[in-house]
Amino acid sequence: MQRLRRTMMFVPGNNPGMMADAHIYGPDSIMLDLEDSVSMAEKDAARLLVHNALKTIDYGNTEMVVRINPLNTPYGKKDVEAVVKAGVHVIRMPKTETAEEVKELEEEIVKVETELGCVGRTQIMAAIESTLGALNAYAIATASKRMMGIALGAEDYCANLKAQRTSGDSPYFGMELQMARQCIVTAARAAGIDALDTVFSNLNDMDTFRREVEMIKAMGFDGKSIINPRQIEVVNEIFAPKEKEIEKAKTIIAAIKEAEKRGSGVIAVNGKMVDRPVVIRAQRTIDLAIASGILTKEDLA
Amino acid sequence: MNSIKDRAALIAEAAKQMNKAVYNDAHMKKNITPRHELQRTNGKLVTLEEAIKKSGLKDGMTISFHHHFRSGDKVINMVVAKLAEMGFKNLTLASSSLIDVHEPLIEHIKNGVITQLHTSGLRGALATEVSHGLMEKPVIFRSHGSRGYAIMSGELHIDVAFLGASSSDSLGNAAGYSTSPNAKSICGSLGYALPDAKYADKTIILTDDLVDYPNQHSAISEADVDYVVVVDSVGDSSKISSGAIRDTKNPRDILLAKQAAKVVMNSGYFEDGFSMQTGSGGAALAVTKYLRQGMIDKGIKASYALGGITSHMVKLHQEGLIDRIIDVQSFDKVAAESLMNDPKHKSVSANEYAALMEPGAATHFLDVVILSALEVDVNFNVNVLVGSDGIIRGAIGGHPDTAMDSALSVIVCPLLRGRIPCVVDEVTTLITPGSNVDVVVTEYGIAVNPNRPEVKERLEAAGLKIVDIHDLAAKARKIIGDPAPLPFGDKVVGVVLNRDGSVQDVIKNIVG
Amino acid sequence: MEIKTAMAGTLESGDIFIQIAPNDNAGLHIDLDSTVAYQFGDQIKKVITETLQGLGIDQAEVKATDKGALDCTIRARVTAAAVRATGKDVWAD
Repeated sequence: MQRLRRTMMFVPGNNPGMMADAHIYGPDSIMLDLEDSVSMAEKDAARLLVHNALKTIDYGNTEMVVRINPLNTPYGKKDVEAVVKAGVHVIRMPKTETAEEVKELEEEIVKVETELGCVGRTQIMAAIESTLGALNAYAIATASKRMMGIALGAEDYCANLKAQRTSGDSPYFGMELQMARQCIVTAARAAGIDALDTVFSNLNDMDTFRREVEMIKAMGFDGKSIINPRQIEVVNEIFAPKEKEIEKAKTIIAAIKEAEKRGSGVIAVNGKMVDRPVVIRAQRTIDLAIASGILTKEDLA
Repeated sequence: MNSIKDRAALIAEAAKQMNKAVYNDAHMKKNITPRHELQRTNGKLVTLEEAIKKSGLKDGMTISFHHHFRSGDKVINMVVAKLAEMGFKNLTLASSSLIDVHEPLIEHIKNGVITQLHTSGLRGALATEVSHGLMEKPVIFRSHGSRGYAIMSGELHIDVAFLGASSSDSLGNAAGYSTSPNAKSICGSLGYALPDAKYADKTIILTDDLVDYPNQHSAISEADVDYVVVVDSVGDSSKISSGAIRDTKNPRDILLAKQAAKVVMNSGYFEDGFSMQTGSGGAALAVTKYLRQGMIDKGIKASYALGGITSHMVKLHQEGLIDRIIDVQSFDKVAAESLMNDPKHKSVSANEYAALMEPGAATHFLDVVILSALEVDVNFNVNVLVGSDGIIRGAIGGHPDTAMDSALSVIVCPLLRGRIPCVVDEVTTLITPGSNVDVVVTEYGIAVNPNRPEVKERLEAAGLKIVDIHDLAAKARKIIGDPAPLPFGDKVVGVVLNRDGSVQDVIKNIVG
Repeated sequence: MEIKTAMAGTLESGDIFIQIAPNDNAGLHIDLDSTVAYQFGDQIKKVITETLQGLGIDQAEVKATDKGALDCTIRARVTAAAVRATGKDVWAD
């Protein structure tokens, strides 16, 4: 089963209380943050905290991501060393603008992995937070085999674009991010990796949050970055496949099994050949249905 | 002839046979004081000191109080200070509960004014001192239902009850709210005070809002009241009740509440006409909010909500989702005002609320209760009184009453509070026996008592993941490590009574 | 090892605040104030000692104010304080 990334929950890297039980809320990924949520004076302490938490806390099946500081700061390389040594699944690079930056990060990762004897263990995701990054999205997405996804960081992007964030009651709601979102999701699809949307930070406006999640799902995103456990349920609900989709997917999966049994590479439903993208989509629908608790593995047996 | 004079001999004869006096009109003198004035000059209306003197209170007797004013309460400290000033010694203080604000009792205990406590709970500095061995005699802990029954049966005899009220007329018709423009405080139900008023030898009402006779729809009747004392303030109204209890924003409480609501909705007891109660604590109170949606979706209405009542319950009642409210304690101002204004929202005395021996106690007809816990152990025993550090810091409340009497009891409890484990091998103090606890909801999974296989089956069928409670305890240990044993001494500082009056557990002093 | 006064951590729930200072007397002296002192006081002191010794610090005055931190947090905070006190980072420059 391919990993789902409907929700990537941000947790400040200098807050041990929140880090200890972030996984109980069931986000698909947890992103421990060493960057914006940590003050300059606490970078060293947060790095140690994240390192020790990753090594010790049993986060179950949750994917563990750490957002490091940019490599051109005094903290970035130390962050890489600390989190790779702790066995992080994914390093999230902030403010990525070019493929070269990804390659530079990869080199740093390889250095540490070589020392540990585990080359290739750590994946990379890049946050695109500028207009240049958006235009380079495909190059970034394909800069390394380690790339597992790209994500939008809207605040910096908007500042760079010289646009204001629109609010939920504006007729232009989301317009300022439309280009960036489409760049990211298109590049991610072209590269065969995941696309994650930016955070929505007004926890008191769950209606607009819901609209935004519905919109980014319609645009093709795999999931959303979130800042609070309360947002998880809404995202999961919206990303849960509808009954009709599931039925269709089950038919296709059954046809795959049938084809395997026959030893045939040709998959057919009702006499019609099924294309590979349809097969992939069906598998994803089934994965989502299982993750949403609509289907159990037994239902497929 | 048959005038009254002619019947005089017969009247005298009848009086003799009945051993009574013959009526003598000459003794009668009509009181012509204007009645409004008479109200204010009647013999019941006295000062606190006069009331104490007239009550016949003596050293060694038992006085009682209620805790409906919560942390705003001024009555207990005021009365005990007066008793100390008057030189009383060796009194037993029986309150429905004692909290942080009652810290001054420490001095009165040290000075021998108070030598024993009966209560449902103990918090703050007083609790810490008691845990360290402040008192010679152990504190007697009872649930709310058992306290009501003990007072009624005479097991806990109250000599003088000092009961604060938000309004009273001069004859003692008293309530936990006031409809007068001078209202200073509102606590709502006086449920825990009602057994005291009825069964104490003498009952003294203390109020800061003396209203015109008759104080209508009062909770305490003048028939049960001996003296009425007007005081400046019975309590700090902002700490008694302010607005609606706030919705918890704690994500873990919300998670627990949502899971508990799912448990209730799939338990088999979520049917039209069911009755429900939630205990105190953010997660337990929040369950109502999530049950509401389920009730709307499934078209289910509750017959009554019981217990500590909050604005959440009132909201559902006003929306027609809960028909009646039975209120032993109003947790917030919205609930207190609803009690004052809504004829389908009634108060109930502690014994009619939850006494084991009271056939009509409302808990006996309770389908579902959702309760908090300080600790649950692998045998489903619950502790809500003593902290994991051995220090008393809670209250029994109606926990064992409702857990035992309900058809389904659900405990919401985090696995860990910081580094404190809440699912343990053995609870520090046994408050609610595991045989009465059906489901435990934690953030790491839901455990069902093996006594209730049918509930487990229903929850699993609904897709809820059920875990073994031993696994939860093991998980807690894995995260936090093994706690060292607590430094208990050999002195018994508290005795926990079961609902049936038997001794269920003792609390030892903590050393250091 | 030469150390100067340094601190790390916070007083928030689930955290521990560590202050390290030079000590004229031999050995590590740990002054612990913890919300879970009865249950975990010895364990917390053990983790502090082991962490410092692992970093080569055998002589220091340590004041720890614990709000229920897990061992991994204690290790991280003690290390951070030690790094700040000695100027020697555990992550190579």
